[in-house]
Amino acid sequence: MSGVNDFAFKIGTVNGTGSASANALLMQAIFRMGIPVTGKNIFPSNIQGLPTWYEIRVSRDGYTGRPPLIDLIVALNPSTLKQDIATVRPGGYVLYDSSWPLDAKLTRPDVTLLDVPLGAMCREAFTRDRDRTLLRNIAYAGALAALLQIDIAVIEGIIAEKFGRKKALLDANHRAVHLGYDYARKHFSCPLPFHCAPMDATGDSILMDGNTACALGAVYAGATVGAWYPITPSTSLMDAFKEFCQEFRVDPETGLNRYCIIQAEDELSAAGMVIGAGWMGARSFTCTSGPGVSLMQEFLGLAYYAEIPGVFINVQRTGPATGMPTRTQQGDLLSMAFASHGDTKHIILFPANPAESFALTVAAFDSSERFQTPVFVAIDLDIGMNDWMIPRLTWDDGYRPDRGKVLDAVALEQMPKFFRYVDADGDGVAARSLPGVNGKGAYFVRGSGHDKFGAYTEDSTAYREVVDRIARKFETAARALPAPIIQRQDGADVGIVCVGSPDAPVREAVDRLREQGIIADVMRIRAFPFAPEVTEFLGRYETVFVVEQNRDAQLRALLTIETGVPRDRMTPVLDYAGQPVTAGTVVAAITAQLAGRSA
Amino acid sequence: MSSITKPSVRHPSARKNHLGLSRADYEGAMSTLCAGCGHDSVTAALVQAFWELDLPPHRAAKMSGIGCSSKTTAYFMKQSHGFNSVHGRMPSVTTGANAANRELSYIGISGDGDSLNIGFGQLAHAIRRNVNMLYVIENNGVYGLTKGQFSAAADVGSKSRKGEVNEQTPIDPVLLALTLGATFVARSFSGDKAQLVPILKAGLMHRGFALIDVISPCVSFNDHEGSAKSYAYVRSHEVETVAADFVPLRREIKVPETHAEMTVVRMHDGSEVRLHSTAPGYNPRSRDTAYRHVQACIKKGEVATGLLFIDDTGRCMHDMHRTVTTPLVELPYEALCPGKVAMERIVSRYR
Ligand SMILES: Cc1ncc(C[n+]2csc(CCOP(=O)(O)OP(=O)(O)O)c2C)c(N)n1
Ligand code: SF4
Ligand SMILES: [Mg+2]
Repeated sequence: MSGVNDFAFKIGTVNGTGSASANALLMQAIFRMGIPVTGKNIFPSNIQGLPTWYEIRVSRDGYTGRPPLIDLIVALNPSTLKQDIATVRPGGYVLYDSSWPLDAKLTRPDVTLLDVPLGAMCREAFTRDRDRTLLRNIAYAGALAALLQIDIAVIEGIIAEKFGRKKALLDANHRAVHLGYDYARKHFSCPLPFHCAPMDATGDSILMDGNTACALGAVYAGATVGAWYPITPSTSLMDAFKEFCQEFRVDPETGLNRYCIIQAEDELSAAGMVIGAGWMGARSFTCTSGPGVSLMQEFLGLAYYAEIPGVFINVQRTGPATGMPTRTQQGDLLSMAFASHGDTKHIILFPANPAESFALTVAAFDSSERFQTPVFVAIDLDIGMNDWMIPRLTWDDGYRPDRGKVLDAVALEQMPKFFRYVDADGDGVAARSLPGVNGKGAYFVRGSGHDKFGAYTEDSTAYREVVDRIARKFETAARALPAPIIQRQDGADVGIVCVGSPDAPVREAVDRLREQGIIADVMRIRAFPFAPEVTEFLGRYETVFVVEQNRDAQLRALLTIETGVPRDRMTPVLDYAGQPVTAGTVVAAITAQLAGRSA
Repeated sequence: MSSITKPSVRHPSARKNHLGLSRADYEGAMSTLCAGCGHDSVTAALVQAFWELDLPPHRAAKMSGIGCSSKTTAYFMKQSHGFNSVHGRMPSVTTGANAANRELSYIGISGDGDSLNIGFGQLAHAIRRNVNMLYVIENNGVYGLTKGQFSAAADVGSKSRKGEVNEQTPIDPVLLALTLGATFVARSFSGDKAQLVPILKAGLMHRGFALIDVISPCVSFNDHEGSAKSYAYVRSHEVETVAADFVPLRREIKVPETHAEMTVVRMHDGSEVRLHSTAPGYNPRSRDTAYRHVQACIKKGEVATGLLFIDDTGRCMHDMHRTVTTPLVELPYEALCPGKVAMERIVSRYR
């Protein structure tokens, strides 16, 4: 159970009161002590006044999934006190603000109360109302530092970096940390049984969220046009892209931008802009979430059929409709895979964490140009907006973008005649020309029926020739896209399949299942259409579990459609109510299923 | 969109422009529109205008949505790239294309349904962004391609072929463009090539969004009595306020002497548009004047045509975005990737 460097705590506050920076401070300090740590922000779709939580998991084994149990809660939101106290495991701790009396009915006999008069101390120490509110957060961070043995020198170092020469702020923050720290040391026996002890396990890591990583991927891939319409949880992605561009993409001589970010009037328009720029030969992308993907459908079909590249990053949130905008889900698998009317299919890449968000965003631009088709990068709110501990990102200066088959002026001049959709190489990919390059490359892009020469057609044979060739192109793509990551063990008789963020809890679950004598192999799929290894894996095990975060087992449906493996050979493990799935949920579902079968 | 390849008949005597191209080189596939459709006349004017402008075909991009009007991009400049996108969404595709390559000439052709119904939002926002493009609405007051339903440009009281009467107020693209801050606003008539050609030329050379509303009768569904978009109606109710001459940079400039008031507008490449005001005091640089004039004509049941407003000082999308002058598509990858050393610096901030 919980112990040194193996525990979790949660902070319940009201949003808009400035607790985010205190929580980040705690997490960063633990990280700098060399201890693996993860944070999950559970926030409302609201600007001010609603409950918000932050969960920090300290795991010497490096588990990054959502914590199985909460050992300590900092319960500062009067409206959620009852529920917050209820979330602590038996034998856990509740830190509350004792400036006000605590309703005795809310307490539990099996938890220890830690009363810290945070508000009162801050009222006394600071004069401005704003300081009193904001610094109360820093004060609880100080109390936690004492209770959990988080190195106070590291905390002070981070505060010093943050406020630098702003002396007044620096002093106030120091003072606030010590209010909590000193109070806890004086009144409680510190540290608690579970606490931090320095390790050396994070030196090669960073803390980054997936939206930032995707944005960095777009910068490094050489994307120049970003078109978007703001939507949670994708907004910070384009914000980050802009910040990186302002740093790295401004011409030093003229001060002019080597990028163009357009805030469109809606997602239809954003998709149109991405496609227009992709047609011109720029690397272009958008970021959005489910409602935006719905609006982009018609354009996605056009880009599929007219064969135009573009990268569509979907930071999934809980649907349907507006759903729960600040909660996570993997609910758009089917709507991405077959977006738009008619026979369509779209490449989807599935990063499982921010490190892969970076790498697969770069890969998405390459795949999109190579296969001349829109490519989705599908992450979710959990990956996109939470800070994950990931290996330091690196870059190989030898990388060159894969522009695919693009004919330059010389190549076009040498051709007797250029036809847009002729499959010269037999791989389903026809060479394209870019506008403005050479008169011989001119052709007419159309979403209406066309033959392989690019001319309008209503002829069945000519129509079929093109759509069948596009189907072949996707077969080529399936073999070339990032392969699934398969983790095997000796004697495994159970297979587990997942995509994206459930990877971390699934791998943790595999370790725990092994302790119970269940040996499972894991396949994490990284791309759609599926590689041949996917079908092969599914055929290996009598029992296959498909773990995903939606109600209708969409991944299983896709696997059924695409691999021919019968649906009922795959048992869904579903967690879809908006929170990241935990290892415990996966273990429980699998053990229950297996027990039911042997009974 | 259907099109038939036109046999390319070459007349050895055909006059060549400065690029050595004949007018036939600016033509496209054979039109499949109804005989007498106004849109074909607009196509002919476009061919004439671009030939006269010495526009290199491969440096132009023809953009359209869906509709009979949107089909017409196939019927001119066959040596240009064309993009027949989706219904009402041509502005966004053009915006993205222009963002990527600011040096091509963008020619957008749309219909009244495409622009004022399904694509109303995209048109409005392309105007606001001042995307550098020529935007022609071939306006017939109906949906031609889906057989004659009213569009948002249909006048109150106009009758459909089936006898229904439109009671909803029309959207006038000229008033819309004036209101939204468009920097080039004109109206013409498909049957008036003498007026239309110079306006098209000026519109293409304008740096920013140039909206030209061209009344273009639909002979199949809206060229009957009672339609304000019929040939007969427009011919008898047209009020030309401002006639335009477009004088390219390299041509000799002859000053026309017939008009009393003249405004010369210099385009960004140094060529000129000369606007001859037929109404005394009409100032084509005043948005207010244009607005008042167009509304006064509407009240009288007349159609204001000509180049109604021009502002050659407006900031286009790239000015507002402070984009580099080199087209983004031409930037080498080395100028875009921060590289390995920068990556080390970046990740050190996430410790
Ligand atoms: C999303 C969508 N809805 C409906 C249509 C059917 N449609 C094609 S053209 C058109 C109207 C075109 O009217 P307009 O733009 O005025 O062009 P015109 O044919 O009159 O030149 C419609 C409704 C379509 N192509 N796409
Ligand atoms: S239906 Fe009307 S708009 Fe369409 S081609 Fe015929 S005349 Fe022209
Ligand atoms: Mg119409």
